[in-house]
Amino acid sequence: MPALRPAATRLTPELDQAWIAKGVRRSRVWLCESNLTVREGVYEMQETYNYKVVRQFAVMAVVWGILGMAMGVFIAAQLVWPDMTYGIEWMSYGRLRPLHTNSVIFAFGGCALFATSYYVVQRTCHTRIFSDRLAAFTFWGWQAVIVAAAITLPQGITQGKEYAELEWPIDILIAIVWISYAITFFGTLLKRKTPHIYVANWFFGAFILTVAMLHIVNSMAMPAGLFKSYSAYSGVQDAMIQWWYGHNAVGFFLTAGFLGMMYYFVPKQANRPVYSYRLSVVHFWGLIFTYMWAGPHHLHYTALPDWTQSLGMVFSLILLAPSWGGMVNGIMTLSGAWDKLRTDPILKFLVTSLSFYGMSTFEGPMMAIKTVNALSHYTDWTIGHVHSGALGWVAMVSIGSLYYLIPRMFGREAMWSVRLINVHFWLATLGVVLYIAAMWVAGVSEGLMWRATNPDGTLTYSFAEAVKATYPFLFIRFLGGVLYVAGMLLMAYNVYRTATAKDARVYDDAPVPAAALAHA
Amino acid sequence: MESLYLLIPLSVVLIGAVLWLLWWSVGSGQFDDLEGPAHRILMDDDVPPDASASARRDPPDA
Repeated sequence: MPALRPAATRLTPELDQAWIAKGVRRSRVWLCESNLTVREGVYEMQETYNYKVVRQFAVMAVVWGILGMAMGVFIAAQLVWPDMTYGIEWMSYGRLRPLHTNSVIFAFGGCALFATSYYVVQRTCHTRIFSDRLAAFTFWGWQAVIVAAAITLPQGITQGKEYAELEWPIDILIAIVWISYAITFFGTLLKRKTPHIYVANWFFGAFILTVAMLHIVNSMAMPAGLFKSYSAYSGVQDAMIQWWYGHNAVGFFLTAGFLGMMYYFVPKQANRPVYSYRLSVVHFWGLIFTYMWAGPHHLHYTALPDWTQSLGMVFSLILLAPSWGGMVNGIMTLSGAWDKLRTDPILKFLVTSLSFYGMSTFEGPMMAIKTVNALSHYTDWTIGHVHSGALGWVAMVSIGSLYYLIPRMFGREAMWSVRLINVHFWLATLGVVLYIAAMWVAGVSEGLMWRATNPDGTLTYSFAEAVKATYPFLFIRFLGGVLYVAGMLLMAYNVYRTATAKDARVYDDAPVPAAALAHA
Repeated sequence: MESLYLLIPLSVVLIGAVLWLLWWSVGSGQFDDLEGPAHRILMDDDVPPDASASARRDPPDA
């Protein structure tokens, strides 16, 4: 609720308090919670930002981050020690792997995106969030989705579509929460006090709209009981729809949304304007127009028609241009202030995330070339590529942004310990590097061993021999994951100390600075 | 490839909507100033007003 500040000298005691409350509520509706200051009246209302929902999502992002990544370490350990869970089916790799992917992407990444988008849209539009209730609903609704996923996936209740495993009742809940999110976000944009819409909001907006469409189209299914349904599409049609969804989920959930984060938090943390605002606008429109067409590169050498595969490959190569434009724009924001990198671990997180963004958006188009894909597909190289994007880009930009946000949510200027952030940074960086280097070696070995033939045309290696060759690298990958989770645990401890520090307080509503209102 | 009969129209409609949005945003002057907005977010002081060491303990709006 916006703070009501009774103008003490003018408040006439005989006025009915209930009437005031009613009047306030009505004027809030009329004026869309604008910065109402009734000079002649009996009360003044100060415009505030809703920090409560931002804080809730930010803290849960840390919690789900630890759980999701720990789940990843657990299944990585299963690949090294296959018998470690004694064949208990709900602890088996096949059931826990979707729980890992769902919890890191949608629980950790999702909460981080909700927190940052609600924060950025309020602060750059100089206005309170469109509806407090709807925002609170998105928070509780999203947590319910996550808990439902954690209950159903280990039981093997799944639609069997990668990154869209959840069964139809949960899918419906996701759709409702997501539409509420869209209303909250775009409602806030509509009631903005600034004429200009800051570029970060364009990215967040594109992410929200596209994910709504992708989710609804791909999840179309005919229920056959509460926990079972059949996809509306079949065979290669289903595969095409699934990877149109899957690729664009990467493009809009894991890229556009986090670019929105980047375009706000990198300039803020560096305290410098983005290198080229013009380039950021070009980056946005370039990405929007090209991303949608690249999905078929997930289906090279399948039953998909050849021309569709080639089209997907060409668009994937084109994507390199806007991606690198954005990466350069983010990194060059620091030009003239490189020395800040020496002392500021939050900035280290943000800049390293951009380096990984550049690296994985180079690697991706390369892997989409059909001849390269012939070697890389179905090998651990793909897993390495995904994690250089997920751990290096998505998680690091989120962690940096969360370290910026969280102290502000508790009325503080900085985290409890900046040194711990630095330790976290090195643990995370070392973890990612171990992870992706191990997967490159394992993946290329697999690819080469699978295709090796003897002069008489028989295969040189059996499948098990290729598995054996990757064994040491699976262990290194496990170690990389352990380091990454260790860093997240430090983060949780730092957040806990920040929240419980003497000068910390729960900061539900932050005043809109008078300067911002004056500009409006 | 019946799925393309769904995906291509969907994508074309989406691109159409995006084009309209681009048209609107250029026409309404969203991109007239490509310098100011980058600086303006830095002028927004978001450090909590009483975050210094001798902080007031009560919320600013109490």
